[in-house]
Amino acid sequence: MSDVAEKRSAREESAVGRSLENLKAAPRRFTETVFRSGRPHSDRTRSTFVFGNVFLHLHPVRTHRWSLRWSATWGLGIAAISCFFVLLVTGVLLMFYYKPYPDVAYLSIKDIHFVVPTGRFMRNIHRWSGNIMVVIVLLHMARVFYTAAYRSPREFNWVIGMGLLMATLGLSFTGYLLPWDQLAYWAITIGANIAQSPRELTDALGITEWFDVGGLQKLILLGAEEVGEEALIRFYLFHVMILPLILVILVTVHFWRIRKDGGLARPIDADNRLGPSSGDVYPVFTEAAQKTYSLAAVVKGKTPIVGHGPEQTIPSMPHLLIGEAAVFMLTIALSVILAIFLDAPLKELANPAVPENPAKAPWYFLGLQELVSHSAFMGGIGIPLIVLIGLGLIPYLDRETEGSGLWFGGLGGRSLVIRSAIFGLAAVVAVEAFVIRFGWIRQWWPNTPQMIITFINSGTLLTFLYATYSVWCLRKYNSTRAGALALFTCFVCGFVVLTVVGTYFRGPNWDFYWSPSQWPGH
Amino acid sequence: MTTDAKPTQTSRSRLDPEAMPRRDFLGLTAWWSAAATLLFGFLGAMRLPKAAVLPSPSKKFRITLPASLAPGQPYLPAGRSVALYKEESQVYAISLVCTHLGCIVKATDSGFDCPCHGSKFAKDGSVLKGPAPKALPWREVKHLSGDNFFVDEGKSVPAGTTAGV
Repeated sequence: MSDVAEKRSAREESAVGRSLENLKAAPRRFTETVFRSGRPHSDRTRSTFVFGNVFLHLHPVRTHRWSLRWSATWGLGIAAISCFFVLLVTGVLLMFYYKPYPDVAYLSIKDIHFVVPTGRFMRNIHRWSGNIMVVIVLLHMARVFYTAAYRSPREFNWVIGMGLLMATLGLSFTGYLLPWDQLAYWAITIGANIAQSPRELTDALGITEWFDVGGLQKLILLGAEEVGEEALIRFYLFHVMILPLILVILVTVHFWRIRKDGGLARPIDADNRLGPSSGDVYPVFTEAAQKTYSLAAVVKGKTPIVGHGPEQTIPSMPHLLIGEAAVFMLTIALSVILAIFLDAPLKELANPAVPENPAKAPWYFLGLQELVSHSAFMGGIGIPLIVLIGLGLIPYLDRETEGSGLWFGGLGGRSLVIRSAIFGLAAVVAVEAFVIRFGWIRQWWPNTPQMIITFINSGTLLTFLYATYSVWCLRKYNSTRAGALALFTCFVCGFVVLTVVGTYFRGPNWDFYWSPSQWPGH
Repeated sequence: MTTDAKPTQTSRSRLDPEAMPRRDFLGLTAWWSAAATLLFGFLGAMRLPKAAVLPSPSKKFRITLPASLAPGQPYLPAGRSVALYKEESQVYAISLVCTHLGCIVKATDSGFDCPCHGSKFAKDGSVLKGPAPKALPWREVKHLSGDNFFVDEGKSVPAGTTAGV
């Protein structure tokens, strides 16, 4: 051994030398410790990459080809969570300047709009993403319903989804007050009084003194008798802390259960329907399941993948991730484009003495406001409660298996949906036209007791018509799914028509006008 | 974790159940106590958001009616949601908060109109049209001296109650 080599090896063995060597290797080793499975080049390393990463491991390692077709989901779930991410980022940015105190709040929104760098853009994106999220969550719900994806074992995930719908609406509604302008103030005054509207019933029964749910709800919501500083700080707290936390928790459970339920719902014969697989699909598990997860030995019931034959699954990375990224980018693009061209509204400073005329709630509540204009309790609480209970019961009543995972699957199918849509539209238009043209009980007999009007009004009449039609369909097809298809379609039609009427055809004093240009000046 | 071991005795009736082992009983007691404690703790904490003292400004105020106030013409004190009327020597106050969803109604020649959902009220506050479930309440008025009156917006009185000058 030469002298030089000896010296070098001695240096390498010294602590300082080793440290230097390690320092040189540090960047490479750092990367290795972050991505422990190495670079995701092969299917195998991609799999380890997905399940070794805390953010990605909510994804399956492999995804069925059925679920990756656009028409399977239209990417609505991912679009909804994309909106939430955008809202989270823009919302946190807005919190840098927003001050939740009456009048000051209005000024800080003006600052954000006119002074803060990119403030107006961020506020617009926040506003548009919030609206888009409401639409997408509703569409997502319709997709899950029409593909009968709520069926076993996904029943409870449907219920979680309803919780997410309510959290989304709650977030949107609480955000509505924060600008503290006239629009916000009167929308929230109406909203808070809807919370108080069980009093309509308890007053009629004469038990408000002992049992005042309505008053309690309003008190908890506003922290005072009127919308003021207490209400603003509460709505702010709900908007930036409580509801986002609830939403994140529910979303986590929602996603986790999708995994545990074996991915998205698909028909039993999905493999046949898809036809021969392409080159990048090959068997994962053999027909006779020789290998099983160790956990599966303990858990009762069948685990999602064990025992299934060769499936048409392809690696989630990159196929699923590309799809998700595409939906994410499209969603952001949509809200950014809208934010460039359409500013979020800001009216005059809130004035508790003079209501807006007309005072309109956020658009997705205008269908309810249309119902509320007959009875505060039925429109604001009674009918929404009936609808929510009905929606929650769907997966527990419909235990059929036919058509799961297919659009308009189940007995009746597409033609039933079309006929239900026609009936639903006709019924809602007829009821609305009658009420607008001829008025309702109170105009005819002013001394009618309130109880009668609470229980017999256009909202309850419509609900009754829809329910009757649904039961008729259920009996005709001898299928719960057919009844559900009819009822859900009718309610979608009712919701859309009432929302459109409330948004475009209601003017001052909530009178009917064909267009805002006919509104009387005031 | 429970096991699926079959119970050895099966002939006992529902009314004469197998005695619960002491350890199981103590364990269940502990779990239920923990649950009850958390529940009551949560309910206790929930007392906080329910305000005991409402921050609303005082609903009582004094007002000097202008001598020129014509009969049937409303007098609207600034910052208050109540309309005052003077008929001959009688003064009364009617709330302007719509009983439907809390909008401020507008005093018109025929009575009161609500801008939010089209409720209409008569001169005495009773409902003529629309979704309002109740009449506009009358508020307490007391005569102090001359044209000075005391009004309590927080206190309802039966319709038709007036204060004599």
